[in-house]
Amino acid sequence: MSEKKAGGLTSHQKRAIRTNLVGYSFIIPNLVGYSLFVFLPVCFSFVLSVMEWDASQAPMKFVGLANFADIFGDRVFRSSFVHTIQYALMTVIPTLILALLLAVLLNNKLKGVAIFRTAFYFPYIASIVAVGAVWNMLFQPDFGPINQFLKFIGIDNPPRWVVSTDWAMVAISIVSIWKYMGYYMIVYLAALQGISGELYEAASLDGANSWQKLRYITIPMLTPTTFFVLIMLTIQCFKVFDLVYVMTGGGPGNSTKTLVNYIYEKAFTSWELGPASAGAIVLFAVVLVITLIQFRGEKKWSRDM
Amino acid sequence: MEKKQKATKIFLYVLLIALTVFMLVPFYWMVISSLKENKDVFSVPMQWWPQVMHWENYQRIWEKIPLLTYFKNTAKLTIITTIIQLCTSCFAAYGFTKCRFKGRDTIFLMYVTTIAVPWQVYMIPQFVLISKIGLNDTHLGLILMQSFSAFGVFLIRQFYLSIPNELCEAARIDGLNEYGIFRKVVFPLGKPAMATLTIFTFTNVWNDFMGPLIYLKTQEKKTVQLGIRTFISQYGADYAYIMAASVCSLIPVVIIFLSCQRFFVEGVAASGIKG
Repeated sequence: MSEKKAGGLTSHQKRAIRTNLVGYSFIIPNLVGYSLFVFLPVCFSFVLSVMEWDASQAPMKFVGLANFADIFGDRVFRSSFVHTIQYALMTVIPTLILALLLAVLLNNKLKGVAIFRTAFYFPYIASIVAVGAVWNMLFQPDFGPINQFLKFIGIDNPPRWVVSTDWAMVAISIVSIWKYMGYYMIVYLAALQGISGELYEAASLDGANSWQKLRYITIPMLTPTTFFVLIMLTIQCFKVFDLVYVMTGGGPGNSTKTLVNYIYEKAFTSWELGPASAGAIVLFAVVLVITLIQFRGEKKWSRDM
Repeated sequence: MEKKQKATKIFLYVLLIALTVFMLVPFYWMVISSLKENKDVFSVPMQWWPQVMHWENYQRIWEKIPLLTYFKNTAKLTIITTIIQLCTSCFAAYGFTKCRFKGRDTIFLMYVTTIAVPWQVYMIPQFVLISKIGLNDTHLGLILMQSFSAFGVFLIRQFYLSIPNELCEAARIDGLNEYGIFRKVVFPLGKPAMATLTIFTFTNVWNDFMGPLIYLKTQEKKTVQLGIRTFISQYGADYAYIMAASVCSLIPVVIIFLSCQRFFVEGVAASGIKG
Protein backbone atom coordinates (compact mmCIF):
# COMPACT_ATOMS: atom_id res chain seq x y z
CA MET A 1 0.00 0.00 0.00
CA SER A 2 1.82 3.13 -1.14
CA GLU A 3 1.05 6.46 0.48
CA LYS A 4 -0.10 8.01 -2.73
CA LYS A 5 -2.62 5.31 -3.48
CA ALA A 6 -4.00 5.21 0.03
CA GLY A 7 -4.46 8.97 -0.13
CA GLY A 8 -6.87 8.64 -3.02
CA LEU A 9 -9.24 6.33 -1.19
CA THR A 10 -12.32 7.26 0.75
CA SER A 11 -12.35 6.55 4.44
CA HIS A 12 -14.86 3.79 3.84
CA GLN A 13 -12.53 2.03 1.42
CA LYS A 14 -9.65 2.49 3.82
CA ARG A 15 -11.60 0.80 6.54
CA ALA A 16 -12.50 -2.08 4.26
CA ILE A 17 -8.82 -2.60 3.42
CA ARG A 18 -7.94 -2.46 7.10
CA THR A 19 -10.55 -5.07 8.02
CA ASN A 20 -9.27 -7.32 5.26
CA LEU A 21 -5.68 -6.91 6.40
CA VAL A 22 -6.57 -7.68 10.01
CA GLY A 23 -8.40 -10.83 8.86
CA TYR A 24 -5.46 -11.95 6.74
CA SER A 25 -3.03 -11.32 9.57
CA PHE A 26 -4.85 -13.89 11.65
CA ILE A 27 -4.79 -16.67 9.11
CA ILE A 28 -1.43 -15.93 7.49
CA PRO A 29 0.84 -17.89 9.86
CA ASN A 30 -1.12 -21.09 9.42
CA LEU A 31 -1.97 -20.44 5.79
CA VAL A 32 1.66 -19.99 4.74
CA GLY A 33 2.77 -23.16 6.50
CA TYR A 34 -0.22 -25.13 5.33
CA SER A 35 0.01 -24.06 1.68
CA LEU A 36 3.73 -24.67 1.56
CA PHE A 37 4.00 -27.95 3.44
CA VAL A 38 0.61 -29.55 2.81
CA PHE A 39 -1.33 -28.01 -0.05
CA LEU A 40 1.60 -27.69 -2.43
CA PRO A 41 2.80 -31.27 -1.84
CA VAL A 42 -0.76 -32.56 -2.34
CA CYS A 43 -0.91 -30.88 -5.76
CA PHE A 44 2.61 -31.93 -6.59
CA SER A 45 1.89 -35.59 -5.85
CA PHE A 46 -0.25 -35.69 -9.00
CA VAL A 47 2.58 -34.18 -11.02
CA LEU A 48 5.13 -36.64 -9.69
CA SER A 49 2.92 -39.59 -10.56
CA VAL A 50 3.34 -38.90 -14.29
CA MET A 51 7.07 -38.22 -14.10
CA GLU A 52 10.19 -40.30 -14.06
CA TRP A 53 12.56 -39.08 -11.38
CA ASP A 54 15.02 -40.41 -8.83
CA ALA A 55 15.17 -37.31 -6.60
CA SER A 56 18.65 -36.51 -7.92
CA GLN A 57 19.87 -33.38 -9.73
CA ALA A 58 18.78 -34.95 -13.02
CA PRO A 59 15.66 -33.33 -14.42
CA MET A 60 12.28 -35.02 -14.27
CA LYS A 61 11.00 -36.64 -17.37
CA PHE A 62 7.33 -36.70 -18.34
CA VAL A 63 6.23 -40.27 -18.96
CA GLY A 64 2.45 -39.96 -18.94
CA LEU A 65 0.62 -42.90 -17.46
CA ALA A 66 3.63 -45.21 -17.78
CA ASN A 67 4.11 -45.25 -14.00
CA PHE A 68 0.59 -46.53 -13.52
CA ALA A 69 1.07 -49.17 -16.20
CA ASP A 70 4.32 -50.00 -14.44
CA ILE A 71 2.84 -50.62 -11.01
CA PHE A 72 -0.27 -52.40 -12.23
CA GLY A 73 2.06 -54.69 -14.16
CA ASP A 74 4.09 -55.24 -10.99
CA ARG A 75 3.11 -58.44 -9.21
CA VAL A 76 4.33 -57.03 -5.89
CA PHE A 77 2.05 -54.00 -6.21
CA ARG A 78 -0.98 -56.10 -7.04
CA SER A 79 -0.33 -58.43 -4.13
CA SER A 80 0.25 -55.44 -1.81
CA PHE A 81 -3.12 -54.12 -2.83
CA VAL A 82 -4.76 -57.48 -2.21
CA HIS A 83 -3.05 -57.79 1.19
CA THR A 84 -4.34 -54.37 2.18
CA ILE A 85 -7.88 -55.44 1.33
CA GLN A 86 -7.43 -58.72 3.22
CA TYR A 87 -6.17 -56.79 6.21
CA ALA A 88 -9.15 -54.44 6.04
CA LEU A 89 -11.59 -57.35 5.78
CA MET A 90 -10.08 -59.08 8.79
CA THR A 91 -9.85 -55.93 10.89
CA VAL A 92 -12.80 -53.64 10.24
CA ILE A 93 -15.77 -55.77 11.27
CA PRO A 94 -14.29 -57.29 14.46
CA THR A 95 -13.06 -53.88 15.62
CA LEU A 96 -16.47 -52.38 14.99
CA ILE A 97 -18.38 -55.13 16.76
CA LEU A 98 -16.04 -55.18 19.76
CA ALA A 99 -16.08 -51.39 20.04
CA LEU A 100 -19.87 -51.41 20.04
CA LEU A 101 -19.99 -54.23 22.57
CA LEU A 102 -17.56 -52.47 24.91
CA ALA A 103 -19.46 -49.22 24.61
CA VAL A 104 -22.78 -50.87 25.42
CA LEU A 105 -21.21 -52.62 28.42
CA LEU A 106 -19.67 -49.41 29.70
CA ASN A 107 -22.85 -47.45 29.19
CA ASN A 108 -24.33 -49.30 32.18
CA LYS A 109 -24.29 -47.44 35.43
CA LEU A 110 -21.60 -49.43 37.16
CA LYS A 111 -19.02 -48.46 39.71
CA GLY A 112 -15.52 -48.19 38.30
CA VAL A 113 -16.59 -47.62 34.71
CA ALA A 114 -13.85 -45.00 34.35
CA ILE A 115 -11.18 -47.57 35.17
CA PHE A 116 -12.43 -49.99 32.54
CA ARG A 117 -12.68 -47.20 30.01
CA THR A 118 -9.09 -46.22 30.70
CA ALA A 119 -7.91 -49.80 30.32
CA PHE A 120 -9.70 -50.27 27.00
CA TYR A 121 -8.50 -46.96 25.63
CA PHE A 122 -4.93 -47.38 26.78
CA PRO A 123 -3.60 -49.49 23.86
CA TYR A 124 -4.66 -46.72 21.51
CA ILE A 125 -2.25 -44.20 22.96
CA ALA A 126 0.65 -46.65 23.32
CA SER A 127 3.26 -46.27 20.58
CA ILE A 128 3.25 -48.76 17.75
CA VAL A 129 6.95 -49.48 18.15
CA ALA A 130 6.51 -50.61 21.76
CA VAL A 131 3.26 -52.42 21.06
CA GLY A 132 4.70 -54.14 17.99
CA ALA A 133 7.75 -55.28 19.93
CA VAL A 134 5.74 -56.81 22.73
CA TRP A 135 3.22 -58.55 20.47
CA ASN A 136 6.02 -59.92 18.34
CA MET A 137 7.32 -61.62 21.47
CA LEU A 138 3.86 -62.77 22.52
CA PHE A 139 3.44 -64.31 19.06
CA GLN A 140 6.89 -65.95 19.15
CA PRO A 141 6.09 -69.34 17.55
CA ASP A 142 8.12 -71.72 19.73
CA PHE A 143 8.22 -70.22 23.21
CA GLY A 144 5.84 -67.27 23.02
CA PRO A 145 3.09 -67.08 25.64
CA ILE A 146 0.30 -67.26 23.06
CA ASN A 147 1.48 -70.53 21.56
CA GLN A 148 2.30 -71.91 25.00
CA PHE A 149 -1.28 -71.20 25.92
CA LEU A 150 -2.62 -72.76 22.72
CA LYS A 151 -0.52 -75.88 23.33
CA PHE A 152 -1.77 -75.93 26.90
CA ILE A 153 -5.40 -76.04 25.78
CA GLY A 154 -4.60 -78.90 23.44
CA ILE A 155 -3.71 -77.37 20.09
CA ASP A 156 -0.60 -79.29 19.13
CA ASN A 157 0.33 -77.37 16.04
CA PRO A 158 -0.49 -73.76 16.79
CA PRO A 159 -0.04 -71.27 13.95
CA ARG A 160 3.47 -69.91 13.51
CA TRP A 161 2.07 -66.36 13.39
CA VAL A 162 4.52 -63.71 12.24
CA VAL A 163 6.92 -66.17 10.63
CA SER A 164 4.22 -67.94 8.62
CA THR A 165 3.05 -66.56 5.30
CA ASP A 166 -0.52 -67.64 6.07
CA TRP A 167 -0.80 -66.30 9.60
CA ALA A 168 1.35 -63.18 9.68
CA MET A 169 -1.45 -60.93 8.45
CA VAL A 170 -3.85 -62.47 10.95
CA ALA A 171 -1.42 -61.63 13.74
CA ILE A 172 -1.18 -58.03 12.54
CA SER A 173 -4.97 -57.84 12.39
CA ILE A 174 -5.31 -59.09 15.95
CA VAL A 175 -2.91 -56.43 17.21
CA SER A 176 -4.73 -53.80 15.22
CA ILE A 177 -8.12 -54.81 16.63
CA TRP A 178 -6.70 -54.80 20.14
CA LYS A 179 -5.10 -51.40 19.67
CA TYR A 180 -7.94 -49.51 18.01
CA MET A 181 -11.17 -50.85 19.45
CA GLY A 182 -10.86 -48.61 22.51
CA TYR A 183 -10.81 -45.53 20.33
CA TYR A 184 -13.99 -46.46 18.50
CA MET A 185 -15.53 -47.51 21.79
CA ILE A 186 -15.25 -43.87 22.88
CA VAL A 187 -16.88 -42.74 19.65
CA TYR A 188 -19.75 -45.15 20.31
CA LEU A 189 -20.00 -44.09 23.95
CA ALA A 190 -20.43 -40.47 22.90
CA ALA A 191 -23.21 -41.51 20.53
CA LEU A 192 -24.89 -43.65 23.17
CA GLN A 193 -25.12 -40.63 25.47
CA GLY A 194 -27.21 -39.00 22.77
CA ILE A 195 -29.94 -41.63 22.74
CA SER A 196 -32.86 -40.41 24.76
CA GLY A 197 -33.61 -42.37 27.93
CA GLU A 198 -37.32 -42.08 27.20
CA LEU A 199 -37.03 -44.61 24.41
CA TYR A 200 -35.75 -47.20 26.85
CA GLU A 201 -38.36 -46.32 29.44
CA ALA A 202 -41.11 -46.73 26.87
CA ALA A 203 -39.64 -50.07 25.83
CA SER A 204 -39.47 -51.19 29.46
CA LEU A 205 -43.16 -50.36 29.87
CA ASP A 206 -43.86 -52.53 26.85
CA GLY A 207 -41.98 -55.33 28.57
CA ALA A 208 -38.86 -55.39 26.40
CA ASN A 209 -35.82 -57.17 27.83
CA SER A 210 -32.23 -55.95 27.60
CA TRP A 211 -31.49 -57.89 24.45
CA GLN A 212 -34.58 -56.55 22.70
CA LYS A 213 -33.67 -53.01 23.73
CA LEU A 214 -30.21 -53.47 22.26
CA ARG A 215 -31.56 -55.05 19.10
CA TYR A 216 -34.48 -52.68 18.45
CA ILE A 217 -33.38 -49.38 19.99
CA THR A 218 -29.64 -49.11 20.53
CA ILE A 219 -28.34 -50.64 17.31
CA PRO A 220 -30.80 -48.88 14.96
CA MET A 221 -30.25 -45.55 16.73
CA LEU A 222 -26.51 -45.99 16.31
CA THR A 223 -26.66 -46.63 12.56
CA PRO A 224 -25.15 -43.26 11.57
CA THR A 225 -22.31 -43.77 14.04
CA THR A 226 -21.72 -47.31 12.82
CA PHE A 227 -21.55 -46.03 9.29
CA PHE A 228 -19.07 -43.36 10.34
CA VAL A 229 -16.92 -45.88 12.23
CA LEU A 230 -17.02 -48.23 9.27
CA ILE A 231 -15.74 -45.50 6.95
CA MET A 232 -13.03 -44.32 9.36
CA LEU A 233 -11.81 -47.85 10.00
CA THR A 234 -11.67 -48.72 6.33
CA ILE A 235 -9.67 -45.62 5.52
CA GLN A 236 -7.39 -46.31 8.45
CA CYS A 237 -6.80 -49.85 7.23
CA PHE A 238 -5.80 -48.65 3.79
CA LYS A 239 -3.22 -46.37 5.38
CA VAL A 240 -1.62 -49.07 7.51
CA PHE A 241 2.16 -48.93 7.58
CA ASP A 242 3.82 -48.72 11.01
CA LEU A 243 2.28 -51.83 12.47
CA VAL A 244 3.32 -53.93 9.49
CA TYR A 245 6.75 -52.33 9.38
CA VAL A 246 7.55 -53.03 13.02
CA MET A 247 5.96 -56.48 13.20
CA THR A 248 6.96 -58.19 9.98
CA GLY A 249 8.58 -55.60 7.73
CA GLY A 250 6.21 -56.80 5.00
CA GLY A 251 7.41 -60.39 5.21
CA PRO A 252 7.74 -63.30 5.37
CA GLY A 253 8.24 -63.15 1.63
CA ASN A 254 6.00 -60.28 0.68
CA SER A 255 3.04 -61.83 2.44
CA THR A 256 2.16 -58.84 4.60
CA LYS A 257 3.32 -56.04 2.36
CA THR A 258 0.57 -53.45 2.13
CA LEU A 259 -0.07 -50.52 -0.16
CA VAL A 260 1.77 -47.93 1.94
CA ASN A 261 4.65 -50.32 2.59
CA TYR A 262 4.97 -50.65 -1.16
CA ILE A 263 4.88 -46.89 -1.65
CA TYR A 264 7.44 -46.39 1.11
CA GLU A 265 9.86 -48.91 -0.32
CA LYS A 266 9.51 -47.67 -3.88
CA ALA A 267 10.08 -44.10 -2.76
CA PHE A 268 12.61 -44.23 0.03
CA THR A 269 14.55 -47.41 -0.65
CA SER A 270 14.70 -47.65 -4.42
CA TRP A 271 14.06 -43.93 -5.09
CA GLU A 272 11.67 -44.57 -7.94
CA LEU A 273 9.56 -41.55 -7.13
CA GLY A 274 7.34 -41.87 -10.21
CA PRO A 275 5.93 -45.35 -9.55
CA ALA A 276 5.83 -44.61 -5.82
CA SER A 277 3.71 -41.52 -6.47
CA ALA A 278 1.48 -43.48 -8.80
CA GLY A 279 0.92 -45.87 -5.90
CA ALA A 280 0.13 -42.88 -3.68
CA ILE A 281 -2.46 -41.70 -6.21
CA VAL A 282 -4.06 -45.14 -6.13
CA LEU A 283 -4.29 -44.78 -2.34
CA PHE A 284 -5.78 -41.34 -2.81
CA ALA A 285 -8.36 -42.70 -5.25
CA VAL A 286 -9.40 -45.41 -2.80
CA VAL A 287 -9.76 -42.92 0.06
CA LEU A 288 -11.63 -40.51 -2.20
CA VAL A 289 -14.17 -43.16 -3.19
CA ILE A 290 -14.70 -44.12 0.46
CA THR A 291 -15.08 -40.45 1.43
CA LEU A 292 -17.66 -39.89 -1.34
CA ILE A 293 -19.63 -42.86 -0.04
CA GLN A 294 -19.47 -41.22 3.37
CA PHE A 295 -20.84 -37.93 2.02
CA ARG A 296 -23.75 -39.71 0.39
CA GLY A 297 -24.45 -41.63 3.58
CA GLU A 298 -24.37 -38.49 5.68
CA LYS A 299 -26.74 -36.75 3.32
CA LYS A 300 -29.13 -39.66 3.53
CA TRP A 301 -29.16 -39.65 7.32
CA SER A 302 -29.46 -35.94 7.72
CA ARG A 303 -32.53 -36.15 5.46
CA ASP A 304 -34.03 -39.04 7.40
CA MET A 305 -33.49 -37.53 10.83
CA MET B 1 -36.31 -59.07 40.38
CA GLU B 2 -33.65 -57.66 42.66
CA LYS B 3 -31.79 -60.95 42.66
CA LYS B 4 -31.83 -61.02 38.90
CA GLN B 5 -30.42 -57.50 38.74
CA LYS B 6 -27.62 -58.46 41.05
CA ALA B 7 -26.78 -61.49 38.92
CA THR B 8 -26.65 -59.34 35.81
CA LYS B 9 -24.36 -56.93 37.57
CA ILE B 10 -21.98 -59.65 38.63
CA PHE B 11 -21.99 -61.07 35.13
CA LEU B 12 -21.17 -57.63 33.71
CA TYR B 13 -18.29 -57.18 36.13
CA VAL B 14 -16.84 -60.58 35.33
CA LEU B 15 -17.06 -59.84 31.62
CA LEU B 16 -15.50 -56.41 32.00
CA ILE B 17 -12.69 -57.67 34.19
CA ALA B 18 -11.93 -60.49 31.75
CA LEU B 19 -11.80 -57.98 28.89
CA THR B 20 -9.61 -55.62 30.90
CA VAL B 21 -7.17 -58.42 31.62
CA PHE B 22 -7.05 -59.27 27.94
CA MET B 23 -6.37 -55.63 27.08
CA LEU B 24 -3.66 -55.19 29.68
CA VAL B 25 -1.85 -58.53 29.53
CA PRO B 26 0.56 -57.33 26.82
CA PHE B 27 1.58 -54.41 29.02
CA TYR B 28 1.99 -56.66 32.02
CA TRP B 29 4.13 -58.99 29.95
CA MET B 30 6.18 -56.04 28.75
CA VAL B 31 6.92 -54.93 32.32
CA ILE B 32 7.75 -58.35 33.76
CA SER B 33 9.92 -59.25 30.77
CA SER B 34 11.82 -56.02 31.21
CA LEU B 35 12.74 -57.19 34.71
CA LYS B 36 13.93 -60.64 33.67
CA GLU B 37 17.20 -61.91 32.38
CA ASN B 38 17.26 -62.34 28.61
CA LYS B 39 17.30 -66.11 28.76
CA ASP B 40 14.28 -66.20 31.07
CA VAL B 41 11.98 -64.12 28.87
CA PHE B 42 10.91 -67.13 26.85
CA SER B 43 11.21 -69.78 29.52
CA VAL B 44 8.85 -72.79 29.31
CA PRO B 45 6.60 -72.79 31.27
CA MET B 46 6.16 -69.05 31.42
CA GLN B 47 7.06 -67.22 34.58
CA TRP B 48 4.28 -64.81 35.39
CA TRP B 49 6.34 -63.36 38.20
CA PRO B 50 10.12 -63.09 37.83
CA GLN B 51 12.04 -64.91 40.56
CA VAL B 52 14.67 -62.19 40.70
CA MET B 53 13.89 -58.63 39.71
CA HIS B 54 16.62 -57.33 37.43
CA TRP B 55 16.11 -53.64 37.97
CA GLU B 56 19.57 -53.03 36.58
CA ASN B 57 18.11 -53.61 33.09
CA TYR B 58 16.70 -50.13 33.38
CA GLN B 59 20.13 -48.74 34.18
CA ARG B 60 21.84 -50.68 31.43
CA ILE B 61 19.45 -49.61 28.72
CA TRP B 62 20.46 -45.97 29.14
CA GLU B 63 24.09 -46.99 28.61
CA LYS B 64 23.41 -49.39 25.76
CA ILE B 65 21.52 -46.92 23.61
CA PRO B 66 21.62 -43.11 23.76
CA LEU B 67 18.13 -43.10 25.20
CA LEU B 68 18.61 -39.75 26.90
CA THR B 69 19.50 -38.10 23.59
CA TYR B 70 16.44 -39.71 22.01
CA PHE B 71 14.27 -38.42 24.81
CA LYS B 72 15.62 -34.91 24.48
CA ASN B 73 15.12 -34.95 20.71
CA THR B 74 11.57 -36.22 20.99
CA ALA B 75 10.70 -33.75 23.73
CA LYS B 76 12.07 -30.90 21.63
CA LEU B 77 10.12 -31.96 18.53
CA THR B 78 6.95 -32.57 20.50
CA ILE B 79 6.98 -29.30 22.41
CA ILE B 80 7.87 -27.06 19.48
CA THR B 81 5.41 -28.73 17.11
CA THR B 82 2.62 -28.55 19.68
CA ILE B 83 3.23 -24.85 20.35
CA ILE B 84 3.32 -23.88 16.67
CA GLN B 85 0.30 -26.02 15.94
CA LEU B 86 -1.65 -24.51 18.82
CA CYS B 87 -0.82 -20.86 18.15
CA THR B 88 -1.32 -20.88 14.40
CA SER B 89 -4.52 -22.92 14.68
CA CYS B 90 -6.06 -20.56 17.21
CA PHE B 91 -5.09 -17.53 15.14
CA ALA B 92 -6.49 -19.02 11.96
CA ALA B 93 -9.64 -20.23 13.69
CA TYR B 94 -10.30 -16.70 14.95
CA GLY B 95 -9.77 -15.35 11.45
CA PHE B 96 -12.15 -17.87 9.95
CA THR B 97 -14.89 -17.44 12.53
CA LYS B 98 -14.83 -13.86 13.80
CA CYS B 99 -13.32 -11.79 10.98
CA ARG B 100 -14.79 -10.92 7.61
CA PHE B 101 -12.37 -10.53 4.75
CA LYS B 102 -12.18 -11.08 1.04
CA GLY B 103 -11.59 -14.67 -0.02
CA ARG B 104 -12.20 -16.11 3.43
CA ASP B 105 -14.50 -18.85 2.24
CA THR B 106 -12.32 -19.72 -0.73
CA ILE B 107 -9.29 -20.10 1.52
CA PHE B 108 -11.27 -22.18 3.93
CA LEU B 109 -12.36 -24.40 1.07
CA MET B 110 -8.69 -25.22 0.48
CA TYR B 111 -8.51 -26.58 4.00
CA VAL B 112 -11.75 -28.51 3.57
CA THR B 113 -10.66 -30.20 0.36
CA THR B 114 -7.32 -31.34 1.75
CA ILE B 115 -8.29 -32.46 5.25
CA ALA B 116 -9.29 -35.91 4.01
CA VAL B 117 -6.12 -36.47 2.00
CA PRO B 118 -3.96 -38.95 3.93
CA TRP B 119 -0.43 -37.88 4.67
CA GLN B 120 0.86 -41.00 2.93
CA VAL B 121 -0.45 -39.59 -0.36
CA TYR B 122 1.70 -36.47 -0.26
CA MET B 123 4.62 -37.58 1.89
CA ILE B 124 6.88 -38.03 -1.15
CA PRO B 125 6.58 -34.52 -2.62
CA GLN B 126 6.69 -33.14 0.92
CA PHE B 127 9.98 -34.93 1.51
CA VAL B 128 11.33 -33.68 -1.83
CA LEU B 129 10.35 -30.11 -0.91
CA ILE B 130 11.91 -30.25 2.53
CA SER B 131 15.07 -31.82 1.12
CA LYS B 132 15.28 -29.12 -1.54
CA ILE B 133 15.29 -26.39 1.08
CA GLY B 134 18.09 -28.27 2.80
CA LEU B 135 16.14 -29.53 5.80
CA ASN B 136 16.40 -33.27 5.25
CA ASP B 137 17.75 -34.98 8.37
CA THR B 138 17.04 -31.95 10.55
CA HIS B 139 14.55 -31.50 13.34
CA LEU B 140 13.34 -28.29 11.73
CA GLY B 141 12.23 -30.24 8.67
CA LEU B 142 10.12 -32.59 10.79
CA ILE B 143 8.70 -29.70 12.79
CA LEU B 144 7.67 -27.78 9.68
CA MET B 145 6.00 -30.76 8.08
CA GLN B 146 3.97 -31.62 11.20
CA SER B 147 3.08 -28.20 12.56
CA PHE B 148 0.37 -27.16 10.15
CA SER B 149 -2.72 -29.27 10.01
CA ALA B 150 -6.23 -28.70 8.83
CA PHE B 151 -7.38 -30.84 11.74
CA GLY B 152 -6.11 -28.29 14.28
CA VAL B 153 -7.82 -25.40 12.51
CA PHE B 154 -11.07 -27.38 12.26
CA LEU B 155 -11.07 -28.42 15.87
CA ILE B 156 -10.51 -24.92 17.23
CA ARG B 157 -12.81 -23.35 14.66
CA GLN B 158 -15.61 -25.68 15.70
CA PHE B 159 -15.21 -24.46 19.26
CA TYR B 160 -14.94 -20.76 18.35
CA LEU B 161 -18.16 -21.05 16.35
CA SER B 162 -19.95 -21.79 19.60
CA ILE B 163 -18.69 -18.55 21.16
CA PRO B 164 -21.44 -15.98 20.56
CA ASN B 165 -20.54 -13.12 18.25
CA GLU B 166 -22.34 -10.73 20.63
CA LEU B 167 -19.50 -11.25 23.05
CA CYS B 168 -16.97 -9.99 20.50
CA GLU B 169 -19.33 -7.20 19.49
CA ALA B 170 -19.55 -6.02 23.10
CA ALA B 171 -15.77 -6.04 23.39
CA ARG B 172 -15.53 -4.07 20.15
CA ILE B 173 -17.84 -1.40 21.55
CA ASP B 174 -15.64 -1.27 24.64
CA GLY B 175 -12.87 -0.19 22.31
CA LEU B 176 -10.87 -3.37 21.92
CA ASN B 177 -9.40 -4.02 18.48
CA GLU B 178 -9.47 -7.49 16.90
CA TYR B 179 -6.18 -8.55 18.49
CA GLY B 180 -7.45 -7.41 21.86
CA ILE B 181 -10.67 -9.38 21.45
CA PHE B 182 -8.72 -12.46 20.48
CA ARG B 183 -6.32 -12.12 23.39
CA LYS B 184 -8.78 -11.14 26.10
CA VAL B 185 -12.05 -12.80 25.10
CA VAL B 186 -11.88 -15.64 22.59
CA PHE B 187 -8.48 -17.15 23.38
CA PRO B 188 -9.20 -17.66 27.11
CA LEU B 189 -12.61 -19.18 26.32
CA GLY B 190 -11.06 -21.65 23.91
CA LYS B 191 -8.97 -23.44 26.49
CA PRO B 192 -10.89 -26.75 26.45
CA ALA B 193 -10.44 -27.10 22.70
CA MET B 194 -6.79 -26.17 23.07
CA ALA B 195 -6.29 -28.84 25.71
CA THR B 196 -7.73 -31.42 23.33
CA LEU B 197 -5.53 -30.30 20.48
CA THR B 198 -2.46 -30.21 22.73
CA ILE B 199 -2.98 -33.77 23.83
CA PHE B 200 -3.66 -35.01 20.33
CA THR B 201 -0.60 -33.31 18.90
CA PHE B 202 1.55 -34.37 21.81
CA THR B 203 0.72 -38.07 21.52
CA ASN B 204 0.87 -38.01 17.73
CA VAL B 205 4.29 -36.43 17.58
CA TRP B 206 5.64 -38.46 20.50
CA ASN B 207 4.47 -41.74 18.96
CA ASP B 208 5.18 -40.83 15.36
CA PHE B 209 7.32 -43.37 13.65
CA MET B 210 7.06 -42.98 9.89
CA GLY B 211 7.98 -39.28 9.86
CA PRO B 212 11.26 -39.72 11.75
CA LEU B 213 11.91 -42.93 9.79
CA ILE B 214 11.86 -41.00 6.53
CA TYR B 215 13.56 -37.81 7.69
CA LEU B 216 16.10 -38.64 10.38
CA LYS B 217 19.25 -40.54 9.44
CA THR B 218 21.85 -39.27 11.92
CA GLN B 219 21.99 -41.35 15.08
CA GLU B 220 22.15 -38.30 17.39
CA LYS B 221 19.01 -36.80 15.90
CA LYS B 222 16.72 -39.80 16.18
CA THR B 223 13.56 -39.87 18.26
CA VAL B 224 12.66 -42.39 20.96
CA GLN B 225 10.47 -44.49 18.65
CA LEU B 226 13.00 -44.58 15.85
CA GLY B 227 15.88 -45.14 18.26
CA ILE B 228 14.20 -48.11 19.90
CA ARG B 229 13.28 -49.51 16.53
CA THR B 230 16.91 -49.24 15.41
CA PHE B 231 17.98 -51.00 18.60
CA ILE B 232 15.45 -53.79 17.99
CA SER B 233 16.66 -54.36 14.45
CA GLN B 234 20.28 -54.53 15.62
CA TYR B 235 19.88 -56.51 18.84
CA GLY B 236 16.71 -58.47 18.17
CA ALA B 237 17.56 -61.07 20.81
CA ASP B 238 18.06 -58.66 23.72
CA TYR B 239 14.46 -59.19 24.72
CA ALA B 240 14.65 -57.80 28.22
CA TYR B 241 16.39 -54.63 27.09
CA ILE B 242 13.92 -54.15 24.27
CA MET B 243 11.07 -54.39 26.74
CA ALA B 244 12.80 -52.05 29.22
CA ALA B 245 13.27 -49.47 26.48
CA SER B 246 9.64 -49.88 25.40
CA VAL B 247 8.45 -49.30 28.95
CA CYS B 248 10.55 -46.14 29.17
CA SER B 249 9.13 -44.87 25.88
CA LEU B 250 5.58 -45.33 27.14
CA ILE B 251 5.99 -43.47 30.42
CA PRO B 252 5.60 -39.84 29.22
CA VAL B 253 2.47 -40.66 27.26
CA VAL B 254 1.03 -42.60 30.18
CA ILE B 255 1.57 -39.65 32.50
CA ILE B 256 -0.08 -37.23 30.09
CA PHE B 257 -2.89 -39.65 29.44
CA LEU B 258 -3.71 -40.35 33.08
CA SER B 259 -3.57 -36.70 34.07
CA CYS B 260 -5.62 -35.37 31.15
CA GLN B 261 -7.96 -38.27 30.43
CA ARG B 262 -11.01 -36.09 30.27
CA PHE B 263 -9.66 -34.21 27.29
CA PHE B 264 -8.77 -37.40 25.46
CA VAL B 265 -12.32 -38.61 25.76
CA GLU B 266 -13.82 -35.26 24.80
CA GLY B 267 -11.41 -35.00 21.89
CA VAL B 268 -12.41 -38.34 20.43
CA ALA B 269 -16.05 -37.48 20.87
CA ALA B 270 -15.60 -34.08 19.19
CA SER B 271 -13.56 -35.32 16.26
CA GLY B 272 -15.59 -38.48 15.99
CA ILE B 273 -19.07 -37.08 15.81
CA LYS B 274 -18.36 -34.06 13.71
CA GLY B 275 -16.13 -35.98 11.33
